[in-house]
Amino acid sequence: MPEAATPGVEHSPVAAPTEPDRLAVGFARVLRGAGLDVPVGTTVLFAEALGAVGVSTRDSVYWAGRTTLLSRPEDIELYDRCFAAWWERVFQLGSAPVEEREVILAFDADGDDDAPEDDSSEPRDAPTLAVRFSRAEVLRQRDFAHYSPDEFAESRRLMDDLRMSGATRRSRRMRASRHDRGRPDLRRTVRRALRTAGEPISRAYVEPSERPRRLVLLCDVSGSMEAYARGLVRFLHAAVVGRGRVEAFAVGTRLTRITRELSSRDPDAAIAAAARRVTDWSGGTRLGEGLRQFNDEWGIRGMARGAVVVILSDGWDRGDPELLGEQMERLHRVAHQVVWVNPLKSSPNFAPLARGMAAALPHVDEFVEGHNLASLEQLARIVSGEKVTR
Amino acid sequence: METVDDVRAALAQHDYLADEGLATAIFLAIRLQRPLLLEGEAGVGKTEVAKVLARWTGGELVRLQCYEGIDAAQAVYEWDYARQLLHLRAVEAGGGEVVEDELYSERFLVKRPLMRAIAYEADSLGAVAPPVLLVDEVDRADDEFEAFLLEILSDYTVTVPELGTFHAEVPPLVVVTSNRTRDVHDALKRRCLYHWIAHPDFERELAILRVRAPEVPDQLAREVAAAVASMRELELYKPPGVAETIDWANALAALGRTTIDEHAVEVTLGTILKYREDQERTRASGIEELVRTAAERSA
Repeated sequence: MPEAATPGVEHSPVAAPTEPDRLAVGFARVLRGAGLDVPVGTTVLFAEALGAVGVSTRDSVYWAGRTTLLSRPEDIELYDRCFAAWWERVFQLGSAPVEEREVILAFDADGDDDAPEDDSSEPRDAPTLAVRFSRAEVLRQRDFAHYSPDEFAESRRLMDDLRMSGATRRSRRMRASRHDRGRPDLRRTVRRALRTAGEPISRAYVEPSERPRRLVLLCDVSGSMEAYARGLVRFLHAAVVGRGRVEAFAVGTRLTRITRELSSRDPDAAIAAAARRVTDWSGGTRLGEGLRQFNDEWGIRGMARGAVVVILSDGWDRGDPELLGEQMERLHRVAHQVVWVNPLKSSPNFAPLARGMAAALPHVDEFVEGHNLASLEQLARIVSGEKVTR
Repeated sequence: METVDDVRAALAQHDYLADEGLATAIFLAIRLQRPLLLEGEAGVGKTEVAKVLARWTGGELVRLQCYEGIDAAQAVYEWDYARQLLHLRAVEAGGGEVVEDELYSERFLVKRPLMRAIAYEADSLGAVAPPVLLVDEVDRADDEFEAFLLEILSDYTVTVPELGTFHAEVPPLVVVTSNRTRDVHDALKRRCLYHWIAHPDFERELAILRVRAPEVPDQLAREVAAAVASMRELELYKPPGVAETIDWANALAALGRTTIDEHAVEVTLGTILKYREDQERTRASGIEELVRTAAERSA
């Protein structure tokens, strides 16, 4: 059986592709066209599955594909649509369209370059805002809404230096203690005892290590936030790329998870991918609905538990403020800290009069501004658990 | 076992009613020797799949419950340090020389679940059924552990530096479950077959009730299944899972009910809805209405 993890295996020429092979490649092509990520190894697995269950009935092909090609329930709907269209075509033509295999192989030969170990990389040791020449200083204080395109480009470099990491908490993972405290570490003690003829003279200990809390960013992308959205999404990107355990969502009339889209290192590509994913960009706001969806599908299950949750929004909500208040309360009950970032807060005559904002405020631990780089730096400090004097 | 239907029939014999999707996934997991990653709402029977597979195949069920900070010592193997120390003292007391190799032999090795699933032995009759390895709630473990799990699930071998490599002749059946509190890494997903277990429809839930709660009167089971189906349409925080349905049916049967009415639902609501908000929402939408629809649907 070819290993999914070694794309090279597929290069061995298949003399005459059997029917399942052709079907598999053809359908994988359709799914890729629809925007699903289908690595070559997965296609091979699908072909094997077809070989095992047979291709005689629609159901067997459908389930073989769903089991091998999908890995997220969000994709089921798209899969169903693709499958219906494709099956129809195959059925009408009597056979799958002949595909050129080489073309497919060129698609993602690097399908495995994101093996987990790559992920554990420590944050790049870029100096945190080391460069502070005057232009940067001006830029830091400037309102995102007033940025010229040039200034926006300039600000990106500064954003890259922002390091977002959640406050730390005690982990259950133990690490070797340098002091003689904590729990005895028998493993190392035995090793040392060997050196002293079995007498455990020098004893070793372990103590709990610390790890950052998960950071969840919910960014309002509705029309009223338009002036700030590009700056804030860029900020989301910097946060997601900066280190692991960060999740990003866009909230408009609905909730869209954009962590995966934003995890590309190239900011332009990442933001373009996120923009394609978010279909309700600059539309209306239903914050309450969005939060409810977040709580139901992600937050309460564990993503928000013990996490630092940051909501970036002006609080203008066309939905029911009561729902927003209720959902904020739910969120606040499971999260470690809820931070609300409102770009409008900096205006001198701001009062949280937006109904949504008023409903949400009682369930917010920190309420900060987010209209310029300096305020985002401040946010980064709050999130990391530093005591901030204001 | 030749077809998907064989799998379904075999699972049904062991009181697990799988739909075609799940049966296909299990069939493929066995045939292609791939781990099966199951996701779905809490209480839809993810863990149960592994248990029933063990009953069916006769393999030992080896369960690894994941939690944050789990590491190789708890998941794969650990040396029995206390015994090693004792042994050292004993040898020393006898005036002998301590040889390191002697300390790191198999008798001081404590095998944890992953290793037990790989380095299994034939039972007393000499028959070898590969164990069923259940890696439960993998999303609770941290990503470092996931990378590690991937390594073991890729080639079904475990290497102990001091001893050598253990290899499974026939790979264990592996079921991995996740509650989606975070995304399982793509590399692990690519290694696995994937199935999302949805809530069952009315007919299937009724069939499950008949199998899993046989002492519940038929009409009550029908009405319970219908009422639960209606509740799942109420946009609850936690829509009831199959486990709750079974609990509820059993609770009503224990109260001597043969049908449901408003009062019976009211007093037993806590067995099916575990959030105060959900109970309030259900009451607000009308329990009387719920009972009436259930009666109609089950007719």
